[in-house]
Amino acid sequence: MADLAIKIENLKKQYTLGAIGGQTLNAELQSWWARMHGREDPNTLIGQDTSNYGKKFWALKGIDLEISKGEAVGIIGANGAGKSTLLKILSRVTAPTSGDIWIDGRIASMLEVGTGFHGELTGRENIYMNGAILGMSRKEVDAKIESIIDFSECRDFIDTPVKRYSSGMYVKLAFAVSSHLDAEIMLMDEVLAVGDIKFQKKCLGRMGDEAQRGRTVLYVSHNMSTIRNLCTRCIVLQKGSMIYNGDVEEAIKVYTESNIQDMKTYYDFRNVKRVNDRIGVRCFIEDVTFLNKNSAIYANTEPIDMLIHWRTSEKMNLRFGVSVKYADGTAAGLAESTDVLLTDINKTYETKIRFDPGNLVPGFYTISVQPYYLTETRNSYTVDETSSMMIEIIDGKGPEYRIWARQYWGSIRLNDVHILE
Amino acid sequence: MEHFTTHISAKTGWFDIDIQEIFRYKDLIFLFFKRNYTTRYKQTILGPLWLILNPLLTVTLYAFVFGNLAGLSGTDVPQFVFYLCSNSLWSFFSISLTNTSNTFTENAAIMGKVYFPRLVMPISSVLTGMLDLVIQLVMLVVVMIGYTISGVHFQTSVTLLAAPLLILQTALLALGCGIIIAALTTKYRDLAVLVGFGVHLWMYASPVVYTSALVPQKLLKLYMLNPMAPIMECWRNAVLGVGVFLWKYWAVSWVVTLVILFLGVMLFSRIEKTFMDTV
Repeated sequence: MADLAIKIENLKKQYTLGAIGGQTLNAELQSWWARMHGREDPNTLIGQDTSNYGKKFWALKGIDLEISKGEAVGIIGANGAGKSTLLKILSRVTAPTSGDIWIDGRIASMLEVGTGFHGELTGRENIYMNGAILGMSRKEVDAKIESIIDFSECRDFIDTPVKRYSSGMYVKLAFAVSSHLDAEIMLMDEVLAVGDIKFQKKCLGRMGDEAQRGRTVLYVSHNMSTIRNLCTRCIVLQKGSMIYNGDVEEAIKVYTESNIQDMKTYYDFRNVKRVNDRIGVRCFIEDVTFLNKNSAIYANTEPIDMLIHWRTSEKMNLRFGVSVKYADGTAAGLAESTDVLLTDINKTYETKIRFDPGNLVPGFYTISVQPYYLTETRNSYTVDETSSMMIEIIDGKGPEYRIWARQYWGSIRLNDVHILE
Repeated sequence: MEHFTTHISAKTGWFDIDIQEIFRYKDLIFLFFKRNYTTRYKQTILGPLWLILNPLLTVTLYAFVFGNLAGLSGTDVPQFVFYLCSNSLWSFFSISLTNTSNTFTENAAIMGKVYFPRLVMPISSVLTGMLDLVIQLVMLVVVMIGYTISGVHFQTSVTLLAAPLLILQTALLALGCGIIIAALTTKYRDLAVLVGFGVHLWMYASPVVYTSALVPQKLLKLYMLNPMAPIMECWRNAVLGVGVFLWKYWAVSWVVTLVILFLGVMLFSRIEKTFMDTV
């Protein structure tokens, strides 16, 4: 067996649901007294559901994991799967409820960049401060400070209090410090989404270098493309358990598929809150039905027909757009429409639309219907947007087409190339 | 498993403090200490001058109210020196205690994100108070020299050698009480509010603005159970040579101090690993 950097055995973490403490001592004594005498707790609201109160919740339900030195391991999973809890326990911010972890080497946790930054201190002082919090000694920081300042691109402002920094500079400086840590093991929680694109690239490059130099990296993210770029192995967490451990591509597939409940064919949006209050006002989609289907699974040779009930409050030249995202949330594309519907004031409509998914390669997607209109200058104005509806595309193209590798070619198969002469 | 350097487990021992580890983080202690100072007087007109001005104002007020109006000082040393001496040690105690008791709630943001030995925070709070003490002691020495030149005689004796020990004891006591409160405030925030009031009460229950000669004889034994009472009396005897050095009570006070410190560290190590879940 390769030299292990981290060994996790049957790791569990339990949280108590409901308000823990948080009451005054007096109220807690009252509640305790009432419970002891079988009376109703005087401090609960009348009619409040207390069935969950004090119930235990397992954030991690027994994780076993071994990570060898030099591996870059990605951790993916839906919100609440236990990713952050795992990193928190590894970085010793909180303790597990049971189980053991053995670690060989120093751990640098970058759960959040810029911890311990103080607005009144200058950039230079904060480098020392942040470095010390992360476990660097003064000498280590002394040796690296020039390189940190260069990396942060903040040399001109290094003796200015950081409260005068722009938020981008602040984060750059913070990232620069953490990335110069000489720890054998790095824990990262989506910190790469910082700074401008140029800086992000630089960060990614740096992270890649670390892994090459034999550092062990644990990386939590929702961004599948960084996971692909950085990681050599990937684990998938779901509701506190590890459901997959191994190859990155396979893990991403497991993760995206675990997100899929069932391919519903009917979506009711009447009580769904829109993402902002500018949409769903002038036009409001009430529901969407996928026609002639038991579940929303389509071959990429057949059209997707949808029946939409919607209403408008004013006159406009309305078009229907369909935006498509891959199941991991990365945008895949957008279908526009040249068909225009002139709407009336306060009228309800029933409209059938057809969308051709022919360019989508097999996989899981979410689509959303977006009615919009075009201004005279060809700007679009979206008047409503449904939440995501899950569909599966299966391969309907014949043996003339290859098996698609999404990680290299994306999720759109462009129109065919033709030989003309 | 012997090649692994760190072992994380669910166990929370009753006395699980890694002294060596704290020592490894001495740079962090120093930086927190420095941060507390540099940020305290940023964007003030007088800046660090407040370090001198603040005790000066307090002591003048004490000398006027308690010394002149109430006539509580009851010794033959000049009142200003008397109160400067008392205030130096007491303000060290009260500042350290208050700062220590706030550590968890004030620094929850940092502690929720990175690991470092949690005791680093209270220790640097006490060190912060220590600088105030040093400045006041320098002031005290200057004032005493001034008075000596103008003919006042101080009967400072060998008990002066006990002064560093008294400072250490005060630091330990403040640390002990502070971390007990800090541990409890993670659950009950109102304790933090009480601290300010409590420290004030404690001052009147200790011979700070008066001497223990004013305490009725039959209550004296009870009174001296307050660990700060013998400390203050011995402190003035050590520095100014007033009163008597209460060896017996001082020994008791050491026992109380160590018990409190032990309890504090015990409670602290019980909750330091998981307080992030409740704070």
